[in-house]
Amino acid sequence: MNILILGAGRVGESVAESLVSEKNNITIVDSDPSRLMDLQARLDLKVIVGNGIQPSVLAQAGAADSDMLIACAASDETNLVACKVAHERFNLPTTIARVRSPEFVENDPLTSRSTGFAVDHVVCPEQIVTSYIEKLIAYPEALQVLEFAGGILNLIAVRAVTGSPLVKHRLGEIPGLVPSCEFRVVAIFRNEKALSTLDGNTTIEHGDEVFVLAAAKDIHEVLIAMHNPSDPVRKLVIAGGGNVGLRLARSIALDHRLKIIEPRKSRCDYLASQLPTRALILHGDASDARLLEEERIGETDMFLALTNDDETNIMSALLAKQMGAAKVLAIVNRKAYADLVQGTQIDVALSPAHAAIGSFLTYIRRGNVVAVHSLRRGTAEALEGIILGDRKSSPMAHRRVDQIKLPRGASIGAIVREPKLQAADDQAGARNQILMAHHDTVIEPGDHVVIFVSHKKDIHLVEKLFQVEAGYL
Amino acid sequence: MKQMRLKVLPRSALLTVLGGVLVLFSLSLSIPLIFALIFDEATSSTFLQSMLVCALVGFVLIGIFRGSQREMLPRDGFMLVVLVWSVLPAFGGLPLMLHIEGLSFTDAYFESISALTTTGSTVLEGLDRLPISINVWRHFMVLLGGMGILVLTVAILPILGVGGSQIYKAETPGPMKEDKLTPRISETARGLWLVYFMISLACWLAYFLAGMTWWDAFMHMCSTMGLGGFSAYDDSFAHFDSPAIELVAICFMTLAGVNFGLYFLAWRSRSLKSLWTDFEARSYFVLMLCSVIGVSVFLYSQSVYEDPLTALRFAAFNVVSIATTTGFASTDYAQWPLFAPVFMLSLCGIATCAGSTGGGIKMVRLILILKQSRNELIRIVHPRAVVPVKLGRSVIEPAILQSILGFLVVYLLAICLGTLMLLFTGLDAVSSFTAVIASINNTGPGLGEVGPAANYKGLSDLQTWVCIILMLLGRLELMSVLVLFVPHFWRH
Repeated sequence: MNILILGAGRVGESVAESLVSEKNNITIVDSDPSRLMDLQARLDLKVIVGNGIQPSVLAQAGAADSDMLIACAASDETNLVACKVAHERFNLPTTIARVRSPEFVENDPLTSRSTGFAVDHVVCPEQIVTSYIEKLIAYPEALQVLEFAGGILNLIAVRAVTGSPLVKHRLGEIPGLVPSCEFRVVAIFRNEKALSTLDGNTTIEHGDEVFVLAAAKDIHEVLIAMHNPSDPVRKLVIAGGGNVGLRLARSIALDHRLKIIEPRKSRCDYLASQLPTRALILHGDASDARLLEEERIGETDMFLALTNDDETNIMSALLAKQMGAAKVLAIVNRKAYADLVQGTQIDVALSPAHAAIGSFLTYIRRGNVVAVHSLRRGTAEALEGIILGDRKSSPMAHRRVDQIKLPRGASIGAIVREPKLQAADDQAGARNQILMAHHDTVIEPGDHVVIFVSHKKDIHLVEKLFQVEAGYL
Repeated sequence: MKQMRLKVLPRSALLTVLGGVLVLFSLSLSIPLIFALIFDEATSSTFLQSMLVCALVGFVLIGIFRGSQREMLPRDGFMLVVLVWSVLPAFGGLPLMLHIEGLSFTDAYFESISALTTTGSTVLEGLDRLPISINVWRHFMVLLGGMGILVLTVAILPILGVGGSQIYKAETPGPMKEDKLTPRISETARGLWLVYFMISLACWLAYFLAGMTWWDAFMHMCSTMGLGGFSAYDDSFAHFDSPAIELVAICFMTLAGVNFGLYFLAWRSRSLKSLWTDFEARSYFVLMLCSVIGVSVFLYSQSVYEDPLTALRFAAFNVVSIATTTGFASTDYAQWPLFAPVFMLSLCGIATCAGSTGGGIKMVRLILILKQSRNELIRIVHPRAVVPVKLGRSVIEPAILQSILGFLVVYLLAICLGTLMLLFTGLDAVSSFTAVIASINNTGPGLGEVGPAANYKGLSDLQTWVCIILMLLGRLELMSVLVLFVPHFWRH
């Protein structure tokens, strides 16, 4: 696929990085030559220096032959206008824009192809990161909680610790140990490597990073089966009142006790004007131990380092942890740092660009893929796709799970099935049904299937599973 | 000659405007004139004479100073407001002096400024025996003063130009006057007067339906909407002794205590939402409700009234009347246990909203000062906290908070000095203090010698003038007046 990326910032860079490894032809446009040189040296892509809203620059970047435009420059205006120009001038088939403002949404006259800015898909990385963190606040035991099928099915990442019910037990024993809910372990990472085979005899060890698929109502139970239960998060300290900090504070300020530490006075004033009075804005440096002590960091349930600066985030998170914060999270953009802090005192290190990449990938994956989440900094991926066609045209329809040929390290986790018509009549408001995948489960057309892929290089094989062969349509 | 005039009166443009206001004011005398003609009273000639004098002086002023027309400076607004508010009462008192024999200039001026500042204290006795048209004039001045004579002038006369917004700011009560309701100040003024006029019509009709004669309904409507407190009867609302009339009065007094800008917004957006979402208005409603219930329970528990409903009836009427700075009385509440009247008088200093026709320091100033104090406490616990004062969702600038603090200091100082002056002249402590409170908040009745059953007739001339100055200070919110005494104001 020919993909045109506008903006070589953090988001643009990680989108490019993720796509170039999948044999796509990437062209990236930015007005800053030094950033582009750096990218060109590392990745196999074409770079164009220029202002991406100008038709001439887009033409030079090959907009006429591109299949997709991903506009992820820093400003909403640039991205919206670029999509409009790409549509009017080059009739580009798919446009994706990064838009921070919540007032521009998909399927609105303002963003439609006929009357608006011609944006097919709107992605807001800040919002994705915010939801990511919100989930962690709701489920403090988890490393990550991701939604599939509109939220009813969740992929949970949790670090197993000694003393919890399932550690040192075989997977086969799970139904006996946790009889009240059904879930499925889809992958276990031990010492940063995926276990190649998972069967009834695999045991869960202390320190394992376990990926589990479970229904939304069972998340908590799954977590305490593998991790020490922790108290609900009530008191939070956010370091850095930037875009993400403000968004997060807005959505949790009313039911949490919140303090925000921000070094810029003018930003403090802005935050105070935007947030309810319940949220306390502190003017100061998050790595100032005196300030943290004054604000009783030892009593907080969660410390979130959300500034733009990796070093500040890492240092203040370590400091907070040392001073007694129950759980600390840091935004870490640089991959090298992310690897560095893995397994240190920092409980969660999160990369915004990677958290957001799933939403871009959703529109890039071939086949009927409706949701993609990139995991473990892009090395693994979980996809949700819809099964269309029949036994002949689709490799999965009407087949048992054990008859489907999957690459190593990939597994079918769960199936979400819409209720049959007569069932819907019987029971008004019948919900979609979640089926955990067993070897004899039969997949039917219309099912949403969630597949976990441990190795990213196998992704194209999985994409093919969701494709309907054209010849049979 | 021309040169000399400019030298002597560098702000002579103000006098042109004053002339215009006087001509307008003379027109308003036609209202009592109409009443005099309808009821065939001997006062029609009184009003005609007053009208002529007023209009003549107005035209003379316009004629002399027409040539010196120039753009008004921002500070000229204050001067004009004080000029108009001190000159008009003299003309307003003219019909009273002409009609009532032996009424001194001081008393006529007092009566007139008491009406225009919507205070409602009176020096007249035997109100029941006065001609209807004289009573109508006393009441009609309350209606005029309520929304502001100069705001009315800005609404009607286009002559003021840019200076109009300065005048509007100087005359409208409240700490934040920057947010106009419409882009043009004359539109805003017109809108406010229109809303005021419509609610007044509704009030007139309601009083009439509740059982008043149409002219009583008109007079008490004027007094209610301006939150003045004049009545055509010596025993005020006790004269009617009708729960229905009292209920109408309670409703419209409460309504008039709200920022009229909110009614304007509500009318323009066709929804009453703005009345409840506005923090100040909401606090005002809640405070009123709690006070009424609290005082009723107090009166009942002190066995002042045998029956809880009677306690509620008297408490509701008198508490709302005093708290909104109106000053009607349906009973001699000075006879109640002391807590109740003192509590009511302290409410009158704070309850009404900015932009209403009420007096006092206004609810919004109280809210902001309380919030500021709370923030000071937060800062003690969290020295690095950034805690701006917010009203609803908007941040209040520190400059506004400082000006409110300054205002409060001057307000308290004025109360202290006023009380001392009255004590100096030999008035007793309770009467002095409550007379000052009732005057500066434009409420009307105090306690003791100036209580609801008595009036201000017993005061000496000096004492009357102290009250006059306090009423003027209260209506123009102190700073507009006091700025004239700052040397910087007069420097060029």
